[in-house]
Amino acid sequence: MVLEEPAPGEDREMSREMDREMDREMNRETTGEAALVVRDLHKTYGDMRAVDGVSFEVRVGEIFGIIGTNGSGKTTTVEFVQALRRVDSGTVRIFGKDPHRDRASLRSEVGSQLQESELPDRMRVWEALDLFAAISPGSADWRELLADWGLTDKRDTAFAKLSGGQRQRLLVALALVNRPRLVFLDEMTTGLDPAARRVAWDLIEQIRARGTTVVLVSHFMDEAERLCDRLAVFRHGRIIAEGSAQELVAAHAGPPTVHFTTEVSDLSWLAGASGVERVDRAGSRVTVHGTGPLLAHTAAALVSHGIAPDDLRSERKSLEDAFLALTADEATVSS
Amino acid sequence: MKALRKLTWMELKLFTRDPLSLVFTLALPFFFLIVLNGVFGNEVELDPAEDVWRGVGPADYYVPAYLGLVMAAIGVLTMPVRLASYRERGVLRRFRASSMPLWAILGSQIAIALLTAIVGAVSIAVASWLIYGTDLLPADALIFIPAFLLAALSFAALGVLLGSVLPTSRSAQGAGIMLFFVMFLLSGSGPPRDVLTGAMRGVGDALPLTWVIELLQDPWLGFGWSVTASAIVLGVLVASVALSVRCFRWD
Repeated sequence: MVLEEPAPGEDREMSREMDREMDREMNRETTGEAALVVRDLHKTYGDMRAVDGVSFEVRVGEIFGIIGTNGSGKTTTVEFVQALRRVDSGTVRIFGKDPHRDRASLRSEVGSQLQESELPDRMRVWEALDLFAAISPGSADWRELLADWGLTDKRDTAFAKLSGGQRQRLLVALALVNRPRLVFLDEMTTGLDPAARRVAWDLIEQIRARGTTVVLVSHFMDEAERLCDRLAVFRHGRIIAEGSAQELVAAHAGPPTVHFTTEVSDLSWLAGASGVERVDRAGSRVTVHGTGPLLAHTAAALVSHGIAPDDLRSERKSLEDAFLALTADEATVSS
Repeated sequence: MKALRKLTWMELKLFTRDPLSLVFTLALPFFFLIVLNGVFGNEVELDPAEDVWRGVGPADYYVPAYLGLVMAAIGVLTMPVRLASYRERGVLRRFRASSMPLWAILGSQIAIALLTAIVGAVSIAVASWLIYGTDLLPADALIFIPAFLLAALSFAALGVLLGSVLPTSRSAQGAGIMLFFVMFLLSGSGPPRDVLTGAMRGVGDALPLTWVIELLQDPWLGFGWSVTASAIVLGVLVASVALSVRCFRWD
């Protein structure tokens, strides 16, 4: 009983042609060691283009981040890649295989920690690991995973009795139980407390150090910046930017800003200082936008007007700034 | 095969931890049996014009009826609720992402259904034998066994179908409880069919439990193999499998 929706007839010939092209491409790429190749994904729900021409590649051994606002198409993309959802057109290869056709042969190669996917209430922690380990040959010793993910003393606890963070850790452990070569982690640290997040990050870096390729879907920019070698930013069903966190910050976050506090009410003269483009003020807190050696020029202007704030500093932009700049809706970016 | 074995064992453990399943499949039919046998006893009605018990004592009449009721509880209540809640909570999606084969998922459910039907049958037959002195074994075991397997499989398949069609565990529970009690009252496991009005009997004829009970009762009481009942129960099995294949959804 294999219950896939059949592809519409007219698309079949085209999709076969695309498959052949994809296979040729993959053969070239296996030398470049691609773990995952996605080409030209399209999916429409009603008249909404959920995914509108998404293509990307994840190289073996890298941690690849997928970030984007809700409804940007990242979930549809990741579900398609894991053969959990059909799309209108597009192809995917995982280690050269089509997951929609070679599901069984990818069983021991791919792990996935699905978002919003639970376990039966009365299933115990060890039983879940034991069950999922049994499905795929060559599985890891799940007792080690229990220890890694801090669940040893929850071994006999029913799923319903676990806290949000414990559930999350169990689901990540389940994603790793088959020793996958490629693992999908979707909102991995949602519900974890700050200390547990740090532990999770260290574990993900260890997994990568052992050679596992990681695709990380995240809402947390600090997490993405810390872990990911490369990132794809999704918006309105497209990838609008791709690169390392540093590249994205440099290209999209804008130059550093200078900050200080002062009680002096008239700072109009500061706008005339060299390199300064704009001065924003919120109460006593002042933010200076501009280019060039902004900190030095601002400091010089302040001192020459007899102001020497002791909290004058320059702030480096983060991935979050780049992300906000990239995904901000034009309509809401007034002033 | 290992996946099926592991999953069946897991499901069996989950089943024994779930009070709702235990109450509906094992405790409730037993409770009905005690109440109805307490009311009707086991005297054979000698006047054929007055007899509504197929020529046997009421307690003898009810034993095979309750074996059918256990199967019905599994097929319309526990299985659909379990499958629908697996879908609702993303358990099926997780199985799918881990490439758990569908035949292992459904196979384990059907194995649990068969096992529960057998455990229910043995406990009802033994209890009725101990308390009311009814026969412990079917009059015609050779044809009772295939009848039992056909009936149990048919309700298991219906359970898969309902679990595939009903979107949430709440809707499965609502529909299941309604179906269960309507069948209990109109299929011959509550009042005997002969005391029902024509309209009630008409509704009963449309319910699978009516035919499952006839299929089980005939060889249990030594009346042979019911061709009509077996044809209808087989039809339910085939239709349920065919529709499940079309309607099954992972999410």
